Amino acid sequence: MRLSTPNLQLNDQGELRHFLTLEGLKPRHLNQILDVADGFIDEQGQIRKVPNLHGKTIMNLFFEPSTRTLTTFEIAEKRLSADVVNLNIATSSTKKGETLLDTLWNLQAMLADIFVVRHSESGAAHFIARHVAPHVHVINAGDGQHSHPTQAMLDMLTIRRHKGDIYDLKVAIIGDIQHSRVVRSQIQALSLLEAREIRVIGPKTLMPPDPAALGVHVYDNIEDGLDDVDVIINVRLQSERMKSALLPSEKEFFNLYGLTRDRLSYAKPDAIVMHPGPVNRGVEIDSEVVDGDQSVILDQVTYGIAVRMAVMSIITENAAVLKQSASVQQEADA
Amino acid sequence: MRLLIENARIIDPSQDLDKVSNLYIARGRIQAIDDTAPEGFTPDQTIDATGKWLLPGLVDLQARLGEPGSHYEGTIASETKAAVASGITTICCPPDTNPVNDTQAVTELIQRRARQAATAFVLPIGAMTQKLEGEMLSNMAALKNAGCIALSQANRPIQNPLTLRNAMSYAASNDILLMLRCEDQTMKNGGVAHSGAVSSRLGLNGIPYSAETAALAQTLILAEEAGVRVHISQISCAKSVEMIARAKKEGLPVTCDVAIHQLHLTDYDLLEFNSLFHVTPPLRTHDDQAALRMGVKTGIIDAIVSDHTPLDRDVKLLPFGESAPGISGLETLLPLTLRLVEDNTLTLNQAVAALSQRPAEIIGIQNGSLSEGLSADFCLLNPEAHWELDRFDLISRGDNSPFHGWEFQGQVEATYFQGRPVYRNNAV
Repeated sequence: MRLSTPNLQLNDQGELRHFLTLEGLKPRHLNQILDVADGFIDEQGQIRKVPNLHGKTIMNLFFEPSTRTLTTFEIAEKRLSADVVNLNIATSSTKKGETLLDTLWNLQAMLADIFVVRHSESGAAHFIARHVAPHVHVINAGDGQHSHPTQAMLDMLTIRRHKGDIYDLKVAIIGDIQHSRVVRSQIQALSLLEAREIRVIGPKTLMPPDPAALGVHVYDNIEDGLDDVDVIINVRLQSERMKSALLPSEKEFFNLYGLTRDRLSYAKPDAIVMHPGPVNRGVEIDSEVVDGDQSVILDQVTYGIAVRMAVMSIITENAAVLKQSASVQQEADA
Repeated sequence: MRLLIENARIIDPSQDLDKVSNLYIARGRIQAIDDTAPEGFTPDQTIDATGKWLLPGLVDLQARLGEPGSHYEGTIASETKAAVASGITTICCPPDTNPVNDTQAVTELIQRRARQAATAFVLPIGAMTQKLEGEMLSNMAALKNAGCIALSQANRPIQNPLTLRNAMSYAASNDILLMLRCEDQTMKNGGVAHSGAVSSRLGLNGIPYSAETAALAQTLILAEEAGVRVHISQISCAKSVEMIARAKKEGLPVTCDVAIHQLHLTDYDLLEFNSLFHVTPPLRTHDDQAALRMGVKTGIIDAIVSDHTPLDRDVKLLPFGESAPGISGLETLLPLTLRLVEDNTLTLNQAVAALSQRPAEIIGIQNGSLSEGLSADFCLLNPEAHWELDRFDLISRGDNSPFHGWEFQGQVEATYFQGRPVYRNNAV
């Protein structure tokens, strides 16, 4: 008798309306994003400007500071020919609920078509999506420790372009799993795309309370965890973890879990190394590995633009299709 | 004024009663339950209650009435109206008012407002420490003398064990009941959801079991040492049920309650980040829920409470972690408890006892019973009525109910307080 809530981010036809999380999506949704993103990258690895979102207004609402994500979103939006407005809103000014919603409704009245949102609270993008007008789309650019779906999709694109397919790959993610929205989304993407095994490597203090619920295997020991893997994903370690007594020091973390060339040799010889950035050289990863042959870290940045273009054009296209089918229906009714 | 309620199925666990009979009321008090009228009883009014259930006025050990102060929505007048709509005629209100109920003056203010409203008994719970700050003791004896039925820290448990021990010893020497929520704030660490599978998936800060159980263990040890009677408020997990069962077995004078929403919701309800499901203590797992239900059934958990927290819409219109915790629960206490009867978790007698006789015994009052000579507080319920909850139709000023759209069997048609009708369901 409990009311079931329809997936907030899908429209009546089961297609993406918002892009909030990868949880609840079908593999086809992910593959579509990857295929469209591939199409934006030409043979030289360049991304050209296209008219897909001409006349649309996109507002980048960043309630939490960011440079990299904001920049790649902005570039992606401009390559789609959209009009772009950036708003850096200090969280302190929106402590009160009415202010946050009032801010949104005001911006909506300025005829925004897409909100790209980053916020320090898990679930903030869901909250915003629940309260915007039906024609406005919300794209999650990172909410608390919950989700960062465009980052995960650019990682999938990177893996696919280097490895051909995600299916059957063994992937190891090293570092702070518990506090990372990027990792949560990566794990969901890898599960949906049927990676053979997803491993997480790190001390228990940096693991979520129930890792099995995420469908991953935990390794305390990095050498065991890296054994025979195809893809290694390194995660940034934040200094707050030392202050809250989760780790003794950066040095000890590097000694136990730092990705060095020696440790890399446990993985498959053609394994690739990824990092969502910004990289802490000598804390979670050795400089030699960052700059080494197996590193694809800079590709990730470029593909990030293509993936964000793909998400925004798919969502806009889905809305147009929905509108068209509604008007066809109306004509038929008349 | 003499009132006769005829042919009702009268359920009163305090007298081990469940039979179809008549209730005779004179001058606001219960004169008799019998098939024939007491000598010389001629009713001024007769109500045919054929097919209806008659329950004693329910006793809720924890409901915020919004007064004094502006932390919560509502007033004593508005929230007691909400209470009687669900058959509750005795309400204990925690001291987290504004100002805090840590003085006789605030206690008397609450009592005065309740008398003016004249809808239900309102029994204030006083603060154990001044301003609930957990540091200096309140004037405990004065609060007791003013009429506080117990003292508590509401949702702000004392964190310093020495202060807690002192408060317990002092309460013991004045024969004061303490109602304590067990929660270690350091372990809670800003958490907003149960630390488990769901918080792992959603990236919400988790509250481990140990935030409750470590504090509960400490509380039980200190209470034993201080020789004080404690009532543990709103336990949330299987381990706590186990610990309280052991303490009771060892003969400790301890009782406990659970909030009704813990018996129906779990952390899986958080998957859409709906802030209406944000409560403290947090919703835990399905296994915990099963253990809590079993705890009520076996009597380890003595009472079910609403933990009514009527909130302004704005404090719920926020991302989950920033929203205020709490549920507007008065009007769903009875319907949700009856649902436990429907699905065979509890017998009707157990369910009604957990809402009347048992909580009344904990605080040492005679309410929650239909015994001869007591105040005629009761409700009439139509067991056949089928209805759906619309949270925007709640009588409470707080519409923060996560049970919107739930369907229920059995509905209160009328509630009587001191022999007077204080609620009538207009839809009937």
